[in-house]
Amino acid sequence: MRNVNLSQAQKTGLVLLRLLIGWHFLYEGVIKLYNPSWTARGYLLSAEFLKPVFVFLADDGLIGIVDSLNIGLLIIVGVMLMAGLKTSWAAIGGMLLLALYYLAHPPFTGVTQGPAEGTYWIVNKNLIELAALYVLYQFPTSTSFGVEALFRKSKIETA
Amino acid sequence: MDKQDSIFGKWSRRDLLKGLGSLPLIGGVWYAGAKVTGNAKSEKSFLLETLNIKASPPPPSGPMSGKPIRLGIIGFGIRGEQLCRALGFATTEWLDEMKANAEKNPKDNRLKDFLAQENLNIRLTGVCDIFDARAEKALRSFSRDDNKIKRYASHKEMVNSGEVDAVVIATPDHWHAPMAMDALNAGVNVYVEKPMTHNIAETYALRDVVKANPRLVFAVGHQHRQTQSFLTAQDVISKNILGHVSLIETNTNRNDDNGAWQYEIHPEASPSTIDWKAFLGNAPEAPFNLEHFFRWRKWWAYGSGLSGDLLTHDYDRVNCILKMGIPASVTASGGIYTHRDGRNVPDVLQVNMEFPEFTTGSSQEPGKERGMTFVYSATLGNQFDRGTIFMGHDGSMELGNSLTVYADPRSTKHNQLIKDGKIDPYVPVYQYDPAANGTDAVTSATAKYFANKGLLWTYRDGKRVDSTFLHLREWLSCIRNGGKPSCGIQEGFEEAISAHMAGLSYKIGRRIDWDASSEKIISLPGEDLDAILLANTEKVKVDSMA
Repeated sequence: MRNVNLSQAQKTGLVLLRLLIGWHFLYEGVIKLYNPSWTARGYLLSAEFLKPVFVFLADDGLIGIVDSLNIGLLIIVGVMLMAGLKTSWAAIGGMLLLALYYLAHPPFTGVTQGPAEGTYWIVNKNLIELAALYVLYQFPTSTSFGVEALFRKSKIETA
Repeated sequence: MDKQDSIFGKWSRRDLLKGLGSLPLIGGVWYAGAKVTGNAKSEKSFLLETLNIKASPPPPSGPMSGKPIRLGIIGFGIRGEQLCRALGFATTEWLDEMKANAEKNPKDNRLKDFLAQENLNIRLTGVCDIFDARAEKALRSFSRDDNKIKRYASHKEMVNSGEVDAVVIATPDHWHAPMAMDALNAGVNVYVEKPMTHNIAETYALRDVVKANPRLVFAVGHQHRQTQSFLTAQDVISKNILGHVSLIETNTNRNDDNGAWQYEIHPEASPSTIDWKAFLGNAPEAPFNLEHFFRWRKWWAYGSGLSGDLLTHDYDRVNCILKMGIPASVTASGGIYTHRDGRNVPDVLQVNMEFPEFTTGSSQEPGKERGMTFVYSATLGNQFDRGTIFMGHDGSMELGNSLTVYADPRSTKHNQLIKDGKIDPYVPVYQYDPAANGTDAVTSATAKYFANKGLLWTYRDGKRVDSTFLHLREWLSCIRNGGKPSCGIQEGFEEAISAHMAGLSYKIGRRIDWDASSEKIISLPGEDLDAILLANTEKVKVDSMA
């Protein structure tokens, strides 16, 4: 547990950020879980940056595992962030996923951009969400709102 | 807060709220996600059930067991090499190149895919190429101590040798029919590249020879007939989802010299390594010319330019789906606008084929709709991807490796579903996308983007396969197990006549009509259509009063 002295308002802001990112991850995961024809194959195969890595992941033998892992991680990270369970681990997992999404289609000059709802150069929403997760990693809030709050409380009480 | 308020003893209500307050949110998000996908899925299955489109692969071609088929290859150029690979024979040079590529890029699967290809149980016994370097390349690569391959000086020698059961013909167009007929007359099965013939007379003659040899299997190399999306398209048409199709747009867009038939000239080519007389065959006498030998598609004397090389593919793609046959009339225009290099075939060509009696079905009052135009539009100076589109009163279908069907906003058939909000005319009602795990009725812009990005493979039961391999396998299976190839003499006849009508219209500059009852292209008195078609000039001036 890091020593941080945050005001209630600051904590509320961080908790809100955590809940929103968790919500986003969970929803993305659930949508894919319930859609059997969803696959990351197209996204991976059309990667231009680090192409060999992503094309490798889209291989016939691997894509099933890659899809399942992606869905599983999205849901787990989402639930952990929302519930306030091991949020530092969740933040790391989330950053890893976002880094992969980012690197497959980075908004670099010279790399073809897929459909997007905005215009980006180097910085896109994946990268911003990744940075936000880094903030959550540095400022854990699960002890002020989340399942861990219960155990921290009990620890303090039994201490 | 107060301990006594807590049901869990040590935790207050406030503790529990802080600790577990987000759990209902998690449940809510999960429920919403499941519900949204569930709704989309039930909408999708409703549409799929209503439309009932089924990807219907034909019965797989039969077993390759039994005695090996003895095969001869006639023409070992660019296409000949590709066909040999599909048959399981790759040159040493290609294998080395692919090995190097695979080492450089471990995900380059071309070598792996080739090695994994099913053994078609054939013996390559003969090769015939009038250019020494190519024939020797084949011998060097394929001839082994236990299976000596013989080089034949002429195709006639090969087909009459008694050493081949079947031949694959991949020569310039003007040799297709003469060789196919010689082979069939010698009792040899034939797979010939497209276009099936180079002129009108030999189209009839070849059909007669094929019909006179019903036990031999004759196939034309339109391999796209094996593509899954085309088979699905057939189902879309048979279920009348598009209604009456009045217009079909097909096209070729290329913008590179290789695509404009500026093939490489081999450094070893010379009058001493090329049998020039054999190359000329029935073509007009001409002095030895490397341009003509390697880039023969650029001249009417040997090839047929866009109408023979590429229109034939698009025509057959559509004919395989609609079976509309030969058009009642054809008009064509264009010119040599992008490659003014001495060629006499056009590099920009627009062809309109009219089918006034044809219909794919109708959803309106009987008699209102009938007739269709097939448009082929091509340029060798631009590669904007225009897609092949079937345009019907009730819907549109875009056809490529993927297949997308849209309902038309003014459709009669889908009118109620559109009104009820069950169909959005701007979202595909059906999409077959080889990159997805299944068929999608409602798909996102993203999915469409990736599908159209050129992830171009033929898929069979979710597996990536080479359509040329499937097409050759089908031919070999018909030889072994009986049956009719998907592109046989009737399909080839229709392809060749339609292409020749387009070529004629371009050259003469007038509409060319087909008399279906006598199965003849209508000519004016005294007009020799074949002489016009074969004339080795860009256009032919015909006195219409002749």
